[in-house]
Amino acid sequence: MSLLQIENLSLSIHGAEILKQVSLSIDPGQIVAVTGESGSGKSMTALAVMQLLPNGAQAQGAIRLEGQDLLNRPEGEMCALRGAAVGMVFQEPMTALNPVKTIGDQVMETILIHNAMPRPQALARTQEVLTRVGLPPDRFPLSRYPHELSGGQRQRVVIAMAIALRPKLLIADEPTTALDVTTQAQILDLLKGLVREYSMGLLMITHDLAVVADMADQIVVMRRGEVVESGATTHLLRNMQHPYTRMLFEASGHQVSLPRAADPRPLLEVTEVTRDYRLPRKGLFGTPGHHRAVDGVSFALNKGERLGLVGESGCGKSTLTRAILGLEEVQSGDIRLDGQPVFAGHRPNLAVRRKMQVVFQDPYGSFNPRHRVARLITEPFHLLETPPAGSERQDRIAEMLTAVGLSPDDAGKYIHEFSGGQRQRIAIARALIIRPELILFDEAVSALDVSVRAQILDLLAELCATYDLTYLFISHDLRVVRTITDRVMVMQAGRIVEQGETEQVFANPQHPYTQTLIEAAPVLPDIGVNVA
Amino acid sequence: MPNVASMLRYALKRLISLLISLAVASVVIFAVIEVAPGDPASFMLGVNAQEDTLAALRAELGLDVSKAQRYFNWVGGMLMGDFGTSYTYRTPVSQMIADRLWVSLPLALYALTLSTLIAFPAGIYAAARRGKPGDLTVMGATQLGIAVPNFWFAMMLVLIFAINLRWFNAGGFAGWDQGLWIGLHSLTLPSIALALPQAAILARVMRSSLLDILGEDFMRTARAKGLSRRQALWRHGVRNALIPVLTIIGLQFSFLLAGSIIIEQVFYLPGLGRLVFQAISARDLIVVESVVMLLVFAVITVNFLVDLAYAAVDPRLRSRT
Amino acid sequence: MSRNLILGAVLSSLILLAALVSFVWTPYDYAALDIPNKLQPPNAQHWFGTDHFGRDMFSMIMVGARTSIAVALVAVGIGMALGVPLGLTAAARKGSWLDEVIMRGNDLVFAFPSLVIAILITAVFGAGAINAIIAIGIFNIPVFARITRGAALSLWEREFILAARVSGKGAARISAEHILPNVANLLIVQGTIQFSLGILAEAGLSYVGLGAQPPTPSWGRMLADAQTMVSFAPHLALIPGLAIIVTVLGLNLLGDGLRDWLDPRIRVARA
Repeated sequence: MSLLQIENLSLSIHGAEILKQVSLSIDPGQIVAVTGESGSGKSMTALAVMQLLPNGAQAQGAIRLEGQDLLNRPEGEMCALRGAAVGMVFQEPMTALNPVKTIGDQVMETILIHNAMPRPQALARTQEVLTRVGLPPDRFPLSRYPHELSGGQRQRVVIAMAIALRPKLLIADEPTTALDVTTQAQILDLLKGLVREYSMGLLMITHDLAVVADMADQIVVMRRGEVVESGATTHLLRNMQHPYTRMLFEASGHQVSLPRAADPRPLLEVTEVTRDYRLPRKGLFGTPGHHRAVDGVSFALNKGERLGLVGESGCGKSTLTRAILGLEEVQSGDIRLDGQPVFAGHRPNLAVRRKMQVVFQDPYGSFNPRHRVARLITEPFHLLETPPAGSERQDRIAEMLTAVGLSPDDAGKYIHEFSGGQRQRIAIARALIIRPELILFDEAVSALDVSVRAQILDLLAELCATYDLTYLFISHDLRVVRTITDRVMVMQAGRIVEQGETEQVFANPQHPYTQTLIEAAPVLPDIGVNVA
Repeated sequence: MPNVASMLRYALKRLISLLISLAVASVVIFAVIEVAPGDPASFMLGVNAQEDTLAALRAELGLDVSKAQRYFNWVGGMLMGDFGTSYTYRTPVSQMIADRLWVSLPLALYALTLSTLIAFPAGIYAAARRGKPGDLTVMGATQLGIAVPNFWFAMMLVLIFAINLRWFNAGGFAGWDQGLWIGLHSLTLPSIALALPQAAILARVMRSSLLDILGEDFMRTARAKGLSRRQALWRHGVRNALIPVLTIIGLQFSFLLAGSIIIEQVFYLPGLGRLVFQAISARDLIVVESVVMLLVFAVITVNFLVDLAYAAVDPRLRSRT
Repeated sequence: MSRNLILGAVLSSLILLAALVSFVWTPYDYAALDIPNKLQPPNAQHWFGTDHFGRDMFSMIMVGARTSIAVALVAVGIGMALGVPLGLTAAARKGSWLDEVIMRGNDLVFAFPSLVIAILITAVFGAGAINAIIAIGIFNIPVFARITRGAALSLWEREFILAARVSGKGAARISAEHILPNVANLLIVQGTIQFSLGILAEAGLSYVGLGAQPPTPSWGRMLADAQTMVSFAPHLALIPGLAIIVTVLGLNLLGDGLRDWLDPRIRVARA
């Protein structure tokens, strides 16, 4: 008998259909990965098992845990099951813990709420599970508060809460999506180890196919609330039946071919740049400390070159980006574009700004919701001494919208009328409209679904051919950087530890940190779809 | 003990800003009163006063020195508990204020207690039953409560409970020497009048703050651990929801203090309110000045205490600067 | 549109209408004494009865609405006109000495409840409606400054503001072009709420004699006059009280309704 059996589960929320006839099953000790893009219903499937669905949800079908139906269980019985028989780990470790309670209290609560054991034993068990997840109490006392821990450490606390009572089934909803690759690798290892050790079933929800291929015994691919394909991992990877599955894998490992760069001449020169931030004082009268976000960074970017910048969160890549854009002044060092400094006498240099534009990560936060597209994408005209007007302006708008694959008619619409991918196209149009010498892509495809991401990468390659783009592509995603750049720099703790030709760095990393990064990144299985 | 040190640092920082606020507030109050036309000495002695008698009175009142000197004398005196001498009654202002404070302060605290005792359960109840009839009833009542002016409500209370039902006296204050119970009894109607409109505001804040917290990720985590809705609400919701509620309680204290000045008029209570209005009509500016300073001192101090309470509730604040 | 919004709009416009009509027409001259007909309960001739001088309560309520609305409206205007620019400036210069000065100044003004300001002003300059306006207006400044700064700060973190900065726009221009339009809804809602609080504050001030002076009718003053007669002429206290409640309730419902009505639009725009 399976541990968990979902049969023909259909779900609607306030009448809107979310899940259609979803079926899957998990055996003890088995890892089943549910994957798909946003809107596929994978997270709702997980919440349905926990019976923690939003208000107004109506479910049909059956969810059986060891043969017992969960759908029609009274709430009191579900409470007894949650945390004891089924544990759950969530995506966002930064907000998943109560900020005003210590980690010890929060882990112990799982044990005490189920009256599983008296307090002294519960305390011992708490120490034991925290040690098991890699937070030994001698280094991480139970009296710590969540804000005193890093994202990866918090996720370990969440996992400790979920496994404290050795549940038979663990549900993990995108458990590593918010984490850096090296942390992700550690958390995935931890989960795999726990499954083996406790013979738990693990229902893993993730959009990352490389993670899926690496972890899962069984794969379930979902799209728009339906299971399109499922099966044992090795078998499914070799014999993909559904075109959507093939498309997903193709898009995840999407490759573009960049046109050859023009003759090199130095465009951006960054010399010995350092940026410090003040830290809170330590102790009652201590002097404030400093955090060196960027530490003596030097590099040059040639005209026509596509340069990548990779590193984990907190490595200083955002600070460096802001410094190059002239949004923040640096303490020492020099940033020049075409020989001119980005900061002239503590003021941003307009002559330089004119030659630079940026595309940000968040397709939703990048636009003023109260302006129309025409006004949004012409904002950089503000930098020009004689901005185009009248029909010339209209022509430029139309040209740009066409260039990024939209229609000139879209100029009159508001931003909320567009999807995430379309918004990122509009962001690119805004960056291109004054024909800058240099564009910075700051995690520009990180928030997109794989299929949309593949389209945007294609668009970039296309634009490289038509507009001779020079760009700095900042990302934490090694796979994307590998295909979209000629040269790459690896940043760690404020320093550039390695730089070189992209292919060379990836194939033969020299610095130990680069090696760790590449080692930790989950690899897509070679399934031959790229050749086909 | 990093927690104790950071807590102390936080408290010290707040204390310094409290002292700066008090200093600036005293300058502002002194400056405004200085603008007042006329000479208190000639006002007190009338138009026919002799020049030398006036000079003597000015010296007695400390009016014969420079403005800066007068300011420092005033502040210095207050620090020593000497608020100067009333122009009209010729008695120490500190004594007059102390007498009246024994009415106003218990009134404000009584009202604050009532308002919190009513608002917390009402707000939590409404949040737990969001959208259900219980919630709608509480919200409707608070909507009305916010709209009612407290002094009008006080008049209605007098009409019903004092004039018609005769459960309470319509006004006046027996004094604490008659016993705690009698004193509290005569402050009950005024406190209810003050507390109910404030309770309506507080209950709404409590409810919306809780509802915000109910949408947080960690509430879902708590449910996934096996806590029931109610357990999650009490163990994880209420303490987090208190953070914005504390701000409002701090603000409410100043409203209650100001409100008590008005309510004292309805019930003929011998509090700070009556003192200040008598002082205004008698142009006894030193009394006005001192009472205003005292009220502002109370508000600033309460907000300081609220800041400290924040740090007790929210560990993140202690480690921030 | 929600029920709140409609009910609130109806109640508010009813009072506003009464105030406006009172400029051209009232059933009786609000100041005309008619001692023989004093203290009449509501009847066909005098819909809201008469006071102890025989003055028509309905006319006085209409004219009183004028006083209340004028005082509260101007006070909100003062608060917005000074508070919003201060809040925008503080947010644009976040963490600088200017931000610090503005916010500490705010805290300081917050320590002076409107009643205390009114007491100070009256002690020095004497009582009057202008003093009430100034007292309530000053208290509104930090309210608007804080709410504007709070909302603006989170906007300044948004990427569309960064994009505008990359396009060379300065803090003033960004505040006017990007920040202000996106906090406007919030300010409208808060303005409605401050308006209703202003009505309450004005009533309180004129009740203790710090507001509009006779012969100008004001609701608070009418209540003060009614106090000694409440046992034998309760309508004198009931009617002005209900007028205040209806106005404040109407404005609060309007504010809540506006918030619900304006908010989903913002959410849709973001989603």
